[in-house]
Amino acid sequence: MPHRHPLLPNLDAALVSEMLGRIGAGSVDDLFSDIPESIRLRRRLRIPEAQSEYTVRREIQSRLASNSTPPKSLCFLGGGVWPHYVPAAVESIVGREEFYTSYTPYQAEVSQGMLQSLFEYQSLMCDLLGMEVCNSSLYDWASAAGEAARMAARVTGRKRLLVAGNAGPQQLAVLNTYVEPMGLQVEKVPFDRSTGRLDAAQLRRSLSSDVAALYFENPNYFGVIEEEAEDMLGSVHSAGGLGIAGVDPISLSLLRDPGSYGADIAVGEGQPLGIPMNYGGPHLGVFAVRDAKLARSMPGRLIGMTTTVSDPSQKAFAMVLQTREQHIRREAATSNICTNQSLLALAAASYLALLGKSGFRQLGDTIVSNSHYAARRLSKIKGVECPRFSGAYFKEFAAEYPRGTADTIQRRMSRRGVLAGHPLSKEFGLGTRVGLFCVTEVHSSIDIERLAEALEGALRP
Amino acid sequence: MKFRQAYWDEPLLKELSKPGRIGFIPPADAKVSKRIRDPESLIPKRMRRTSLELPELSELQVLRHFNRLSQMNFSVELGMYPLGSCTMKYNPKVSEMISSSDGIRNAHPLQPPETVQGLLAIFYELSEFLNEITGMHRFSLSTAAGAQGELAGVLMMRKYLMDHGLGQKDEILVPDSAHGTNPASAAMAGFKVTKVPSDESGEVRAKTVMDLASEKTAGMMFTVPNTLGLFESEVVEVCRAVHDVGGLMYYDGANMNALLGKARPGDMGFDIVHLNLHKTFATPHGGGGPGAGPVGVTRDLASYLPVPVVSRGKRGFFLDSSLRHTIGPLKGFVGNSAILLRAYAYIRLLGAEGLSDVSSLAVLAANYLWRSLDQEAYPVTHGKGLWRKHETVVSAKSPLPGSAMKVAKALLDRGMHSPTVYFPLIVSEALMIEPTESEPLEVLDEYAEAMNSIAASLGERDVAEAPRNTSVGRIDEVKASHPMTLKVRW
Repeated sequence: MPHRHPLLPNLDAALVSEMLGRIGAGSVDDLFSDIPESIRLRRRLRIPEAQSEYTVRREIQSRLASNSTPPKSLCFLGGGVWPHYVPAAVESIVGREEFYTSYTPYQAEVSQGMLQSLFEYQSLMCDLLGMEVCNSSLYDWASAAGEAARMAARVTGRKRLLVAGNAGPQQLAVLNTYVEPMGLQVEKVPFDRSTGRLDAAQLRRSLSSDVAALYFENPNYFGVIEEEAEDMLGSVHSAGGLGIAGVDPISLSLLRDPGSYGADIAVGEGQPLGIPMNYGGPHLGVFAVRDAKLARSMPGRLIGMTTTVSDPSQKAFAMVLQTREQHIRREAATSNICTNQSLLALAAASYLALLGKSGFRQLGDTIVSNSHYAARRLSKIKGVECPRFSGAYFKEFAAEYPRGTADTIQRRMSRRGVLAGHPLSKEFGLGTRVGLFCVTEVHSSIDIERLAEALEGALRP
Repeated sequence: MKFRQAYWDEPLLKELSKPGRIGFIPPADAKVSKRIRDPESLIPKRMRRTSLELPELSELQVLRHFNRLSQMNFSVELGMYPLGSCTMKYNPKVSEMISSSDGIRNAHPLQPPETVQGLLAIFYELSEFLNEITGMHRFSLSTAAGAQGELAGVLMMRKYLMDHGLGQKDEILVPDSAHGTNPASAAMAGFKVTKVPSDESGEVRAKTVMDLASEKTAGMMFTVPNTLGLFESEVVEVCRAVHDVGGLMYYDGANMNALLGKARPGDMGFDIVHLNLHKTFATPHGGGGPGAGPVGVTRDLASYLPVPVVSRGKRGFFLDSSLRHTIGPLKGFVGNSAILLRAYAYIRLLGAEGLSDVSSLAVLAANYLWRSLDQEAYPVTHGKGLWRKHETVVSAKSPLPGSAMKVAKALLDRGMHSPTVYFPLIVSEALMIEPTESEPLEVLDEYAEAMNSIAASLGERDVAEAPRNTSVGRIDEVKASHPMTLKVRW
């Protein structure tokens, strides 16, 4: 091994032989002598040779620069990942090496920083969601929905699961993968094709004493607010089932918290809270329960506030209720999750702390204003019916093009540097002419004008 | 004293809050505000939020709060962090720079594939690299962490067997030395778990597997090298024994840092593999996450992978959800893309030879540290004459109860993170030490000296009262377990 490498401090013939001497081995190869010869790889891996930091950085960055992303283009896509601004202070906090190069705080005495941060996250999210207990993160919204469905089936011992037909396709597909081995019967509750809201009457007809839970989203995939959430969950509770609400936490700046309308489990995507879109991840799976008694059935890590044993005792934090978890309970654990999304929970905590009470409310006002401004602008374009649904909406809305397919129009707009109008998938049964738009605080009136021009151009190429 | 961790008696955000402050002002467009005067009226009355208590702080106050907390957090960039099984290696800074580029940060997973070819090409290459490293046929990069990769693996087993009329196979074999995630993942996929005992040398014997395997056996989850840091020398025969009863072999890649360029799970006989990119491929552990746990399979199982996978078509690369027998998606959208990108950068920084050097030096470091320990105070209980791979498990032998925990806390007092304690379960007073290739020889020496001096003074006050140099002293874990302490109230 003649060369040197910045990541390999002992890669030096003299150092290696010193180390081999200490342990009494003849060569590095000897250390691998217990691998049967039949499976030793006796050739070099077919992977390009090492490159310098400069070369790697330059090459990858130039490849990434070929992507069409903001600020080069405008992004009005939503559907579970949304363009929001990440405040500089959040980036600075998440970029602290002390946080991001640590791991799960198994040794609590040297990990109070991460532990307190995660505790702050849990507390802030409980306030936002109207819940009693929030865990310190799951992978993302979709897997959190899957875990919630599994938990509801476990807790109720029931086998039927109702899911909203207007929930995000990503969440529903992942939920199905998660519950499939439990043999649950998953049934879609239809939505009203005119308002975009879940059909409450149909829901009531679907309920029976074998329903474990209803999973629905608020706002739903079309961006429409489920105004009848409280009544719907009332019926679910009367049938002895649980209510699982999937939420965009940023909508809770203006919308009632899921706890207040009776959700038993709240899940959601924490990405809007100071986390970049990152082409799909890492994001932040939110998972919380309204009744503290359900805490023992929850998946994921929980951080609790306690004190030190020493005298005088100090405030301290530690992982709690670990007997639910895989490293202790093995096959009887509430979930297999180990590595989670802690760093993103830290981002969310610092984000909420920065905006605070008035900033968060102001953000909600800006978003709902911008989205309505944009929808009104698009509705003036000939060949666009917008919004497609009559239900009230927060930051996303659908538009229908009676004379064009959404897929083609989306691609044409993207060629004009505007990423918008993601086509609704087939499973909604609304045809191929509906696209979804998302407008947030990052969009100015000038951006919205560019969106309108791009859509006009795409309709009349 | 060589180390004193910072301590701030840092209040909670809510305690720091004072009405009238703000740390960030969201933008507002004047033209829009002029047009839309009363945004609240756009929300139906029965759904309007009436109150929300969030803290009110200035930007500096928020920064100070979290910066103070960060000073109360031990990390790889502060000192040695040999947490066994977690592969706490150094994470190159350049990967952080690259992953903060606009081309990934601002990329939306639903944007048309022709607008993200740069990124998709990188992911395609990354899956090819992982195929080559593991000897598998195809990878899905979508799974978010090792445990999710495991779940994907056992779900693929289940679906494959069902499709082949073998639905009666409902048992998974899991060695007693396995990580807790293995039995937990198998149970989530609806399997019964059969424990496979390892022998006194710490290995799983093919004979034991043959005796336990039956027509009910769906497969086996096998960690190689195992959690004792030992290479499973009968792995080929174990794979054959499970295949002989029609079962599938799952490779838990948690310990792949030992084998890069040395041996490949595909050549050993495995059908399914997961890798923890945050371990072997040097992406930061984030205080508990995020990670990435891609899963790879043989040609036979390729159509069962979780979707999406990155495919190459006539018009370039695209996210492909059309695999014929897929178990479905396990995570929304693509995967933990920004982690995948860091892992790709790491592979390019090291290259073929560098990756093989990584494993050489990780294994050399583990053995060097082990042999530098007082062999009487820290005996190994299994595989006495064998070289370790990426990690070593010793027993903190002492007449005093809880000696592993005592050693761990005393190490914290010396500015070093402790090994993993009390795991694997088959070793009493276990200390599981994984130094990784990142630690210079001098630091390995210091660590060994610290452990040896602690062993010599286990009964003394200095050790008995540890930790005292950490931000806080020993924590009351009983009190912490009360569910009423999980959040703060206003």
